[in-house]
Order: sequence, then structure tokens, then C-alpha cells
Amino acid sequence: MNLTKRFMHSRGRAGVPLFALAAAVLITGCAATPSKVDPLEPMNRALFRVHDVADKVVMKPVVQVYAAVVPSFARTAVSNFFNNIDDLFSGINGLLQGKPQKAGDDFGRVIVNTLFSLGFIDIASEAGIERGNEDFGQTFAVWGVHSGPYLFVPFFGPSTFRDATGTAVRVYLGPTGYIEDVPVRNSVLGLSAVDTRYQAGDALDIVENAALDRYTFIRNAYFQRRRYLIYDGKVPPEQED
Amino acid sequence: MMRASAWIRRLLAAVITVALATGVAFAQEAPDALVKSVSEDVLQTIKGDPRIQAGDQARIREVIEAKLLPNFDFERMTALAMGRNWRTATPEQQKRLTDEFRTLLVRTYSGALNQYRNEKVDYKPLRFSPADTDVVVRTAVAKGGGAPIQIDYSMAKAPSGWKAYDVIVGGVSLVTNYRDEFNNSIQASGIDGLIKTLTEKNRGTGGK
Repeated sequence: MNLTKRFMHSRGRAGVPLFALAAAVLITGCAATPSKVDPLEPMNRALFRVHDVADKVVMKPVVQVYAAVVPSFARTAVSNFFNNIDDLFSGINGLLQGKPQKAGDDFGRVIVNTLFSLGFIDIASEAGIERGNEDFGQTFAVWGVHSGPYLFVPFFGPSTFRDATGTAVRVYLGPTGYIEDVPVRNSVLGLSAVDTRYQAGDALDIVENAALDRYTFIRNAYFQRRRYLIYDGKVPPEQED
Repeated sequence: MMRASAWIRRLLAAVITVALATGVAFAQEAPDALVKSVSEDVLQTIKGDPRIQAGDQARIREVIEAKLLPNFDFERMTALAMGRNWRTATPEQQKRLTDEFRTLLVRTYSGALNQYRNEKVDYKPLRFSPADTDVVVRTAVAKGGGAPIQIDYSMAKAPSGWKAYDVIVGGVSLVTNYRDEFNNSIQASGIDGLIKTLTEKNRGTGGK
């Protein structure tokens, strides 16, 4: 069940080098209008295998240690802290998409959570203000940018050229860029990556159970999920992205 | 004597009336009420069953078989996931596909339920008219820290009551997601190839 939120909605930190590449191909990708969603399938499958091995060998064990060593309340605090920053960007993207009401909720959440706990406690959710989930990829989509080819990015998961560009913008604006001290910045980035994987939880195991071919399964789920997010749950029937 | 048998007759009549009434009520239970009662029943059972709490996968599957499955229309689900390939399958193939797909979904579902940790389910009331025969029942599962996950059920009215034919998790339709996978498999090795793949998949994950 986790699958949908964390895993499909890549939250974008790290991965700056992608920006130039993604931006360049996004422009050409727009002009070409690919007939298939995944013209780069052979490359993507190779990257998927890399991701898969890295996840089994590195990320999963690291997250297991993290879950074993760090007490539950601290893990929740870490998640809340990074989620709070995501909420700020969700608000910004809500505004960029002309949804002031949704943006207001997001900003309200950030203000409440930051003032009362520096973001470590999600008081706003307790108070019933639901988290938003807008991001730059969705904003571009609302502005009329097509998804471009599917792209599987190791350590990030499924994406498209449009969404990867959004992720790159997010990382570029990100707060980690403002941390001057390199070891501290890298630690925060590392913790953020661990937290993202931790929040994804066992979603990947469910995919493993369900899928005949995990690559196709995840790709389909990603496109469905993004369409759902772009239309805020009101997907027009028979809509092809 | 006379009185006793009259009394028994009256009792029998009452029992039959009640049985019929509840049967009818059950068949006509509104789809959103049905989703709620079935979900709560399954979740309460899982919470209260010591064998499930100890991680007994077979027992979870039993509960799903008994409580959840009667409310799903697996043939329709399989037909939808097969798309246009469904009509080219023989009745025998259709039956095997439905059986295997059903098993796969039960395994997946029991794996997901195994991760259930007391999250709260919010059942959205459904606005529908008595004439409706196809509805979407919406629920949301609250996860600590994250946004709630939307879980919706597409349901159609059958003579025996409302039955679900698709589950949509966070905007991802299960049936739609399988359509490509099924199609790819059929393109590569035909309908029998897909049946074989499903069977092997079900046997393979059985050991876990």
C-alpha cells in the first residue's frame, strides 16, 4: 500500500547532474512526441537492474540497520522533518498550478509544524490538515508539458524526462544546497535518502509478489499514479498521457 | 398437540421470514456499506487472530478466501485485465486464467495485509441513486506521517449483490496495471504461455 505514495512519487533530493541532461532531452522530447511511452526501454531495463541490485545490497541493509538502531520516535521525527520541507514545495507548486486553496493548506502545515516543532512533529496532520503532494513535474504537466520518454533512475526509481526535470529543479532549489559545510550537507542528503527508502517500506516486496514482470508493472503503476496526481484524482476517462 | 405443531409452524415461518429478510437485506446492502462491513470484518479478524499475529500466511489467506473473495467478481477482473485477448481464449482457458489470477491476487493481498499495522480506514459515504449499477466506493487509509492512501473499489451490481471488479490504490488500477503485463506475455507465448507464467508465479511465491 505504501507503494503509491513514497515510491511512485519520487520526492527529489540529490541527483543534480541529471538536470542538464533531462532539460536538454525534455526539449527535444517535446518536439518529437514519442509514439511509445518507453522508447529507451533497453537502457531503462539495465538501469532498473542496477537499481535493483543496489537496493538489495546497499539500501535495504542500510535501512534495516537504521530501523534497528534508531528508535521509532526519532525515525518519525526525521520523516516529519523532511516531509515538512516537501510540504513547502508542495505549496509552491500548488501556487504555480493556480490552486491557492491547496497551497494555503500546505503553507499552513509548514507554518504550524515549523513554529511548534521545527518540523520534527507533524502537528498539522494531528489537527486534520492533510498533506499535499504537488511537485514540479506535476506543475510542468499542468502547464502543458508532455511527460516525454519514461526514465528509470537508479536510487530514485521510475520517472520521465518531465518529472526528472522537476526533481532536478526541486533539488536545485532545495534546502540542502544552502548548507555550506560539505560533510554536514552530505550527511543530510544521506539521511534523506535513507528516510525516503525507509518510508517506502515493504512496498517493493508487494510489487515482487504481484508482478509478472516487475519492470513493466512499476512503469505502468508510475504512469497511472502520475496521471492521478496531475489531475488531483479526477482523471478524465480514457485519458492517454 | 395441535397447539404445539401450530407453534412450531409459526416459529418456522418466523425463522424463514427472518432468513429471507436478512438475505434480501444483505443482497441489497448499499455498496459503500458493504465495503465498510467487509473491510472492518477482515481487519478485526486479523487483529484478533493469534495465528495471524504470529505471521501465519496460510491463515491470512483462509480469512481472505472466506470473507473477502465472495465480494469480488474475478471473472470480470480477469476479462478486463485480458482486454481484447479475453474473447480469443477458450472457455477452458478463461477458467484457468481466472483461477490463477485469483490466486495471484489473494497472495498479493495477503502479503499487503501482513503489513497492516492498525492504520485507520476512512470510508467515504457514497452518493448514488438506486438505479445505479456501477459505482466507485472510496476509502482512505491513514498512514502515520504520510498523506492518506486512497483505496477505491469499482463495483457492479449483480443479482447476488454488489461485487468489486477493480481495486484502485492511490490512482493505480490493479486491472489496468495487469493489462500490459498480460498482453506482453500473450504476445510472447500465447494464452497458454500466460497461464503457464501465472501458474509458475503462484507456485514460486508459495514458498515464501
